[in-house]
Amino acid sequence: MNINTTKVISLLFFIFSAFYLYTAYQIQVFAFDENAPFNARTFPIYLGYAGLFFSGLKLILPDPNTIKVQHKTLEYKKTVILIVIAIIYGATILKVGYFLTTSLFLFSSYYFLGERRWVLMFLLSFPFVAAFMYLLHGVLDIYLRDPFLQSIGVMG
Amino acid sequence: MIEGIIIGLKTALTLQNILMVMLGCFFGTIIGMLPGLGPMTAIALMIPITYGFDPATGLILMAGVYYGAVFGGSTSSILLNAPGVPGTVATSFDGYPMAQQGKAGKALAIAAWSSFAGGTLSAIYLLFMAPSLSKVSLSFRSPDYFALMILGLTAIAAFSSKGQFLKAMMMVVLGLMLASVGQDSLSDITRFTFNNMNLTDGISFVLVVMATFAMNEALTIILKRNDPTSAVKQVSLTELGSIKINKEERTKMYKTIPRSSVIGFLIGVLPGAGATIASFLAYGMERNIVNDEEKEKFGKGSVNGLSAPETANNAACSGSFVPMLTLGIPGSGTTAVMLGALLGFGVQPGPRLYMTNPEIFWSIIMSMYIGMVILLILNLPLIPYIARILAVPKNYLIPLILFFSITGIYVMSFNNFDIYLMIGIAIVATFMRLYDFPMPPLILAFVLGGLMEENLRRSLLLSNGSWEFLWDRTLTACILLTTILIVVWHIYKTTFKKVTPK
Repeated sequence: MNINTTKVISLLFFIFSAFYLYTAYQIQVFAFDENAPFNARTFPIYLGYAGLFFSGLKLILPDPNTIKVQHKTLEYKKTVILIVIAIIYGATILKVGYFLTTSLFLFSSYYFLGERRWVLMFLLSFPFVAAFMYLLHGVLDIYLRDPFLQSIGVMG
Repeated sequence: MIEGIIIGLKTALTLQNILMVMLGCFFGTIIGMLPGLGPMTAIALMIPITYGFDPATGLILMAGVYYGAVFGGSTSSILLNAPGVPGTVATSFDGYPMAQQGKAGKALAIAAWSSFAGGTLSAIYLLFMAPSLSKVSLSFRSPDYFALMILGLTAIAAFSSKGQFLKAMMMVVLGLMLASVGQDSLSDITRFTFNNMNLTDGISFVLVVMATFAMNEALTIILKRNDPTSAVKQVSLTELGSIKINKEERTKMYKTIPRSSVIGFLIGVLPGAGATIASFLAYGMERNIVNDEEKEKFGKGSVNGLSAPETANNAACSGSFVPMLTLGIPGSGTTAVMLGALLGFGVQPGPRLYMTNPEIFWSIIMSMYIGMVILLILNLPLIPYIARILAVPKNYLIPLILFFSITGIYVMSFNNFDIYLMIGIAIVATFMRLYDFPMPPLILAFVLGGLMEENLRRSLLLSNGSWEFLWDRTLTACILLTTILIVVWHIYKTTFKKVTPK
């Protein structure tokens, strides 16, 4: 049996809207605001109903423009690897510091995407990040936290 | 107005701002040229850099990026038949056949001159129209604004959905839902935070833009790497041919440019429309206007066919600034991103902008002229060199986009949670995009969410909870009626009529 993924997404959106609507009704408002024409939960409640309405329509109405995605041609493995690297980057950037984590993130991303020109990979990671850091921190005066560079005395 | 122009010129012609326009045009051209990366991504990537500037400089930089990206999109349309921006799809109809005939240099020159002329003419229209519209919009009240926002969101959903109106409306609702996370602006009551302190201030606009455009774009490029339908054909970048335009071609352009600039500007002004529709309409109109002999050349390398969409898409860019600057309601996804950035600077666009912050209002308009000139000076002689950027390997491009996105969030919040949230939103957005759920309606809704709630709140409180405010004033009722017509027509069209791609 062929399942129309767009309908599945619409169903998920319908469930999400129902959950959103339920949560909207749970928003605590001040007692004097409870019966006011508009309070903190009014707009979210309308949004919840709007979500149910549009996703419900998408579910029940015929879909003449069905989208067929050729999953076999999609590069899932590399995408997942890149996402994992990005998550690791996000997890370490505060503790280790901007320079080292960003450089390693770029270097490893080039590698996992199939690049093997080591010199170019190096130039477009460590020196590139250093130059970008100088632009942000030194020229534009945007603060960049970097415990690693601070520990070795490069950054004040 | 003269005083305003002088203020604008003074601000726009400072060394720093001229440098910003130049940098913006240059980087915009490069980013816009890369297939898949449009002005929205280009501007989103620039937002962190603008943090260190004053609002006028930041906006001038973003305006430069915008024009540059639209022009850059034309380059990849002409050379690769792979439009970097939806607004330049029509450019490829005649630009690419010209390139295949060995006249790529000429095609790029026609595109550059048409963009310049279209942008300059529409900047003149903007100069005269924006202040008058600002005065008119002072009579707008909360119900009108609320109805106008509904119309804007519906229109962008209708125009950007490629026959998938309901999907676009779902994205609008999702954008509004994301905007509702965090503290309520009036009562300070937290909503949808699930006791997570990181969500108390709501979800950052930059985070949503980076996730749904820059990061989403990078993930989509890698995901579709082996997709034969997305593969682009490479034409020889070493043999671009002459960039000289002869007298006959110039004569054709003289006729095409004025009419295409008018249609481009007017379409750009409409909320939700923008460069894509403007370029297609101008192309279609031009084909209907020209004689039979010229009509035959359309699709095979016609000068009119190339000049018309190029003029119109640049004119529409200026046009889309009108509702943003005068009403505080963006006319396109790109101006929505700019509106978000403007709010981030603490500047509230709207009818009073040109009174309270004349230097911002006029310097943007003035920098458009300057941007057009710089774009031409910069791009025309550099065409052969800029074209080589198209050969940048994806192995480098993708990590660099991810790097700029994550850095943008990192310098803003120094918070791991925001990075995880951005990655999460990007994954969902990438998956939804595979099934043709459009992202511009989500961004526009996210930007307008707060303003919409604010105006609805005022309207309902003034009418004591009654929804009569929607038809009490003729203006509100007319706007609402237009919205209803768009909704009904598009639901009918997308559901019961099979949309055949052209």
